Parts: sequence; C-alpha cells; structure tokens
Amino acid sequence: MSNPPNTLAPSHQDLSGHDQTFLDTNELVLNMGPQHPSTHGVLRVVLKLDGEKVLGTECIIGYLHRGVEKIAEHRTYAMFNPYVDRMDYVAAVSNGLGYCEAVEKLLNVEAPPRARYVRVILTELNRLASHMLWLGTHALDIGAITPLFYTFRDREEVLKIFEKYCGARLTTHAFRIGGCLYETYEGFEREVKAFVAFVTPKIDEYEELLTTNRIWVERTKGVGVISGKDCIDLGVTGPLLRASGVKWDLRKAQPYAAYSEFDFEIPTRENGDTYDRYMVRVAEMRQSLRIISQAVEAIPEGPIMAKIPKVIKPPVGEIYHSVEAPKGELGYFIVSDGSTQPYRVRVRPPSFVNLQALDKMVRGQMVADVVAVIGTLDIVLGEVDR
Amino acid sequence: MVARLKQHYGQAIREASSYLGQNYLIVDRSEGLNLLQELRDREQFDYLVDVTALHYPQREQQFEVVWILYSFPRNERIRVKALISENENAPSVTTLWSAANWLEREVFDMFGILFEGHPDMRRILLPEGWKGHPLRKDYGIIQQDQEWVQANLGIESGQ
Repeated sequence: MSNPPNTLAPSHQDLSGHDQTFLDTNELVLNMGPQHPSTHGVLRVVLKLDGEKVLGTECIIGYLHRGVEKIAEHRTYAMFNPYVDRMDYVAAVSNGLGYCEAVEKLLNVEAPPRARYVRVILTELNRLASHMLWLGTHALDIGAITPLFYTFRDREEVLKIFEKYCGARLTTHAFRIGGCLYETYEGFEREVKAFVAFVTPKIDEYEELLTTNRIWVERTKGVGVISGKDCIDLGVTGPLLRASGVKWDLRKAQPYAAYSEFDFEIPTRENGDTYDRYMVRVAEMRQSLRIISQAVEAIPEGPIMAKIPKVIKPPVGEIYHSVEAPKGELGYFIVSDGSTQPYRVRVRPPSFVNLQALDKMVRGQMVADVVAVIGTLDIVLGEVDR
Repeated sequence: MVARLKQHYGQAIREASSYLGQNYLIVDRSEGLNLLQELRDREQFDYLVDVTALHYPQREQQFEVVWILYSFPRNERIRVKALISENENAPSVTTLWSAANWLEREVFDMFGILFEGHPDMRRILLPEGWKGHPLRKDYGIIQQDQEWVQANLGIESGQ
C-alpha cells in the first residue's frame, strides 16, 4: 500500500518500518479549569496524561472559599441560617434542614408535625430540582443537549413553588430554627399535587432520551467504576455509594424530619459506574415523587412553628447531626459555649469528600471520561470550598 | 463497648461520655491512632465521617482534634477526641481511611495542626504561601494576608 499523494498522514507501510517517531508518546501535564464549562464551577484539575490515558489527577480547589465556618462564629444562630443556603446552592433547602434540625437538637426542641411535613415536601422538591439540574448539565457535558432543555423546563416548576412559598427561588431560607416561618399558601397542596402529576411522565421522557441511547450507554457504561468498599474507605456517600451496591440512605438509617412515616425504597445498583449512578438518581427522583405525594395528602393541622425563646442560647454542649442531601451525607457539628453565637460550626460537605474519589475513578481512563466522571460526581463548588 | 475499650486502653481513655444521646471518647494523643484502628477493626466503625478541630486559646492544650466515625453494620456513630498543644502533632489516620487525606489537609489549613504520617501535608482551600490559619480564635474575621493579596492579585486590599 503506497502513500496517497495528497496526505501527510503516515501509511501503514511507513509505520511498520523502523521509524517509530509517530508512535512515541510523552507524558503530558494538562491543566483543566478553573474556567472550564465541564468543571461545573471553579474546579481546577491538573491531569497527568500518557497520550489520551490519564495517569493521575490533582484537584486544586478553594477558589470559592468564603470562610463560612468562620462567619458562623461571629453570627447568632438565627443569623447564620441563610448562610448555609449558599454552600450547596442548588439544594439550599437540604442545607437549611440540616442546620435547623441540628440547632433544634441542641436546644432540645422539636419542630411541630405540620412543620416536619412541609419540610419533607420542600426538601424532596429540592432533591428533584437538584437531580434535574445534575442530569441536564451532565448530559450536556457528554454531548446530549436536549435533556438540558427538558430538565430545566421541569425544574422551573419546582422553583415556582419555592417562589410562591417563601419568595426566593434558589437560596430559599425556607426553614427557621423551630419550624417554618411561613404557613403554606392558599392552594399549596393542589399545586404540589399538580406538579407531581406533571413531572411523573416527564421522568419517563428523560429515560427515553438516554437510558437506551447508544451514545449515552457507550460514554457511561464502565466509566469511572468504583467499588462499594472503596466508597466506604473514601467516605463517599449518596447516590455514588448506592450505585456501588451499598444500600444506605440516612432517611432510612437514621430518620429525621418525618421520613419514618413514609413508604419509599432506596434504589441501588451493582456496577458502580457512571451509567449506574445515572440510573440510581433517576430512580431516586421517582421515590421523591412518591414521598411528596404521600406527604401532601397527610399534612397535619396545627402550628407550623414551635415555641422557641426569642434569644437562642443553647446550653453548653455539642451535636453532630446529618441529613441525606442530594449529594450525600451533609453533617453539621455544632459546639455551643452557652452564648448566643456558636463556638464552632463544622460542615461536613458531601461534595468535598466525594470529589476526593475523582483520582481513583479516572486513573487509566481517557481524557474525555474525566468530563463524564466530574459530571457524575455531582459536585457543587460552593459546597466544596465553603 | 466503651467498657471493653476501657479495659484495653484503661489509661488512654480519659473520658467516655454521652451528650444528647451521642457518645464520645477523649483519648490521649499518643494512643489515638491505635484506638481508632481498634474501633475500625474490632468494633466495625468502618466509615470515617469527618475530621475536624476546635481551638480553645485559653487552655493549656489549645486544640481538640475530633474524629467522627460511623458503623454501617451497627448504624451507630461515635466521636473520638484528642487534646493537643500548640507544638504537638496529631496522628494521621490516612493509613486507616483514604478519606482522611483531604480532611486532615483542611484541618491543617484552617488550624495549623500538623498530622504525623500524612503523605501530603499542605494547604487545600487557601493558596500556598498564605500566612495564618483562619479558624484559630485569634485570627480576626476580616483579617487577611494583605501581603499575599498585594503580591498575587495586584490589588491594594482584599477587603
């Protein structure tokens, strides 16, 4: 086979000769981010490559560090509440729930049943919104543009409910220490029910687009595999852990709010790859709808706010309380010295801990898979850097 | 369980107590690693939830390093604490849990506590070369490393 005259590309003949220059590879260090659309914020990853193969990664984080834990020490308990919304800003309601419940435990008060039901409804709506945003952007990273329009269209309906309930769409500050500040608005139940009826077939639509789509399957199956054992060793929680075969969800393991009163399942998968994590999250969206429709049918009557002192001064002591945020275990370790300001608030951020697994998941894979794996980790840099 | 641990480590466990239904142990710094290993291997605390610290400037041993553990088989949590003075190092548990790597780096970044045996002890959230450890109580809320800001960002002040 001789070389066609119009090309510079080497022919088979050229390559089978002694000259191997075309096949030699060098190790290459490639910088990805912090301004890169697929890093979902300001994550910087330095990749060590051998051709297309990833030999190692290093994450450089902190670009969005605002010192949230330091700020907490200089605010009263109630004043710090809106700050937690700014960590995982796509799931602000979950952040607020964890913080409010932790302070309530320190104060030894309990939110009234009505508040706990409203909290469950809003938190699950937020989980849906967070998973929708994840699905849209993750699919966009891999090259499918349609799911983004579908999921953002439907996420808008969640944000409308939030806006009507508390006036804000993203950083909602929906809960207060001791319950909820706002009563549900006129027609809240009706609108939530209508939303459930609207979005249930939409999830089938997402699945029609992706689940058996050949490009999607090729790009996600067997990519970024991590075993359940490694997940536990790395402290990885949330859908990532469940997609690796560990059936663990804080809503079931250590129920908080009113979760023990609802009937739902923990979806799990066995392979721990990007495809399985997608399947787990989609199944979780369906379970969230199941919880919402049970809760909205049975919101108890009564007060929505517990009787709490005007000045919140928890007794000396400490508490660790965690909730199942859309990303994984979100924990608050709060130490009180008996004053109006917390002595220390430590946030155990799921995104930060999960991001540590990136190196393990992409080693030996292709550069393009790094994008898929960052997407599947579902990190929010506001929470990684705090 | 605590009784059994006390039998093994009698002297090392200074205090074993519980507050609001959550158990915690205060241990000697030197026995920290052994005790955490014991908890992982014998008591099934297989998941390291968090590593963090507290600063009490008025105390002789200024720092408290806190490990929060969880056990999947037992569905139970425990906190282990060690008291550390300014010039002492904390034991690193990176050999027991890979999760400890970044968590310990964050504690070092925020408190300046060094972890003995950590493979890569450097800052994680703040930039290399930053002076001071912000979560110490003597670090002011609007305090910044102005020198670093001026040299690297080309602005007069970060405020």
